[in-house]
Amino acid sequence: MKKIFRYDEAILEGFKYLLSNYSDLFIIGQGLWSPWYVGNSMKDLDKLYGKERIIDTPVSEASCTGLAVGAGLVGMKSIIVHPRMDFMLYAVDPIVNQASKWSHMFGGENSSNVTIRAIINRGGEQGAQHSQSLHSWFAHIPGLRVVMPSTVCDARDLLIASALSEDPVLYIDDRWLYSQEDYLPEVKNIELVNQKPKIIENGSDLTIVASSYSTLLAKNAIYSLKKEGINCELIDLRVINPLDLDLVINSVNKTKSLLVIDGGWSSCGLSAEIIANVVENIDVTVLRYPPSRITLPFAPAPTSSFLEKEYYPNLKDIIDRVRCMHVK
Amino acid sequence: MNKLNELFNPNFYNKPIKIDNFNKEDLVNFFKLMTKIRLIEFHLADERKKGTIGGPVHLGIGQEAIAMGLSANLESSDYVFGAHRSHAHLLALGSSVKGLFAEILGKETGLSKGMGGSMHLSDRSVGFVGSVPIVAGTVPLAVGAGFAAKIAQKGNLSVSYLGDGATEEGVVQESLNLASLYKIPVIFMIENNLLSSHMHLSERQTSFDCSRFAKTNSIPYRMIDGNDIIEVYKASSCAVKNARNGGGPFLIEAITYRWLGHVDWREDVDVGLSRSIKELKMWKKRDPIERLENSLIKSGLWDKKSTDNLIKSIKDEIQILWDEALNDPYPEKSQTLKRVFCKK
Repeated sequence: MKKIFRYDEAILEGFKYLLSNYSDLFIIGQGLWSPWYVGNSMKDLDKLYGKERIIDTPVSEASCTGLAVGAGLVGMKSIIVHPRMDFMLYAVDPIVNQASKWSHMFGGENSSNVTIRAIINRGGEQGAQHSQSLHSWFAHIPGLRVVMPSTVCDARDLLIASALSEDPVLYIDDRWLYSQEDYLPEVKNIELVNQKPKIIENGSDLTIVASSYSTLLAKNAIYSLKKEGINCELIDLRVINPLDLDLVINSVNKTKSLLVIDGGWSSCGLSAEIIANVVENIDVTVLRYPPSRITLPFAPAPTSSFLEKEYYPNLKDIIDRVRCMHVK
Repeated sequence: MNKLNELFNPNFYNKPIKIDNFNKEDLVNFFKLMTKIRLIEFHLADERKKGTIGGPVHLGIGQEAIAMGLSANLESSDYVFGAHRSHAHLLALGSSVKGLFAEILGKETGLSKGMGGSMHLSDRSVGFVGSVPIVAGTVPLAVGAGFAAKIAQKGNLSVSYLGDGATEEGVVQESLNLASLYKIPVIFMIENNLLSSHMHLSERQTSFDCSRFAKTNSIPYRMIDGNDIIEVYKASSCAVKNARNGGGPFLIEAITYRWLGHVDWREDVDVGLSRSIKELKMWKKRDPIERLENSLIKSGLWDKKSTDNLIKSIKDEIQILWDEALNDPYPEKSQTLKRVFCKK
């Protein structure tokens, strides 16, 4: 009988697959020996595979990330885990200046196959410095692959593909997705280079583009909207750098309208890029309504749950916006 | 005056170096390669002044003994990381002079396929993983390569070249702690040339002694005259043995001085806050190459005429390789987009 897995368990399955099949792979980061940091997603890995391969570190984001990048440069498959993306900002140099540039600077001959796992850890009254979705920053950088799985299956398979990629990869998972459940098929080795956006729901009335937790939010909104006779097409980006928007452009040509939902800020962000890219590549006169987007308000995350409720986009925001667009 | 202070005083350590118990053939070879490295860098200075070289070149003239003494202890299976001033680090490992020239000129035949220039050099065939100009950027990377070496258990090690300026970066402190904690076979070679860009060490740190950071992280270290090839060789040999025998990291602080300014051909005596013509002249008396030459001559292993011949033959070789590099093609324009990700 097939077993149902949670999203965080799927990540754990991915790690187990990698650790069992690749002896040159190790994982380093803070809190890896404690379920407190990364929940079930790395549970007991140190007990199963040894503390030499699963390394819980001093509070040194920059040098630990640099260490993983350096080990990746000389042939190891290294994974560095940042339990909160906010703290990873100490490590921007090894990610942006070193890993992302190495291939280009040295003629495309070698690269660090480091995987940087960054966890988005919002809500729960944790405030501005424990909540950031900074994916747009990193997707701005040439040479860094950025993946944001939204489904249980992708959580495992994109992690495996990231770790096996010869290029540096930022793998971003959001704790708000961890309770999602689904069946997991057998692991198939997929090449990250070939991974592109996917249609999650087919529809003809409106194209919704999202990634990570925003995809889940959009999926739930679409189910409600279906009951009203509004059929939205939902595209999950999955990989946001390099960004391949052919599927999105085709979809917008079909539905003639576009709504982007993003868990980051709008200014110079992912939603801006998608709208710009689509508008550049279609005959804008086909659009029935100006492209629209739902993002975070342009302010740091507030701390109290009272204000958090207002701050994060929710189901109702999406449903209202789609209704409004559909009516027009 | 104690020994530590003497190391920073150019009035000391300017005599011929003691070569009594050292392999004389090796010493002659060190002298030849150091001379070659210096002439290459002077050539680059000229070409930069003429405008043939478009980008900045950070020259390490006066510091040649450090790379030479360390490299002589390394294998091509080791991992060496440099920074912005790394021509000598690369050349002392036996890398291609033509490859370096072509790279600095941005040619497809360059070590980094014409994508890197003087500040981004790599030659894996001699163990040089890469150099980058972000100060201290490669320090944790070298720790990572050393970590990989430790896991692989093949007896190889990594080297992190850094300057006194880099020790002011926080990531260096983190890296020293990690290397010590995990017993990583990495050699931190601090080239303390007293200057970071235009600023003197005395204006940047409260102590001249950068090896104090090794002490606080329980890393064995040596503080040496970096202009004495024998001292550098011996300290490096000790560090390499320690790493290969599972002893973990080692830090060497080699005191030296760069003859030219931070970048290009100028001496920068006008922009440096504490650098004068007088000081520079004094440091030139502590020339690592001349001191070795004098020792070799004194021992009857070398003579001035041989130096003249050597210089002539190196200069001829440099000119031939430079002209070749000048005539080499630039990369296809499309390579800018094709090399973003690794081709493998």
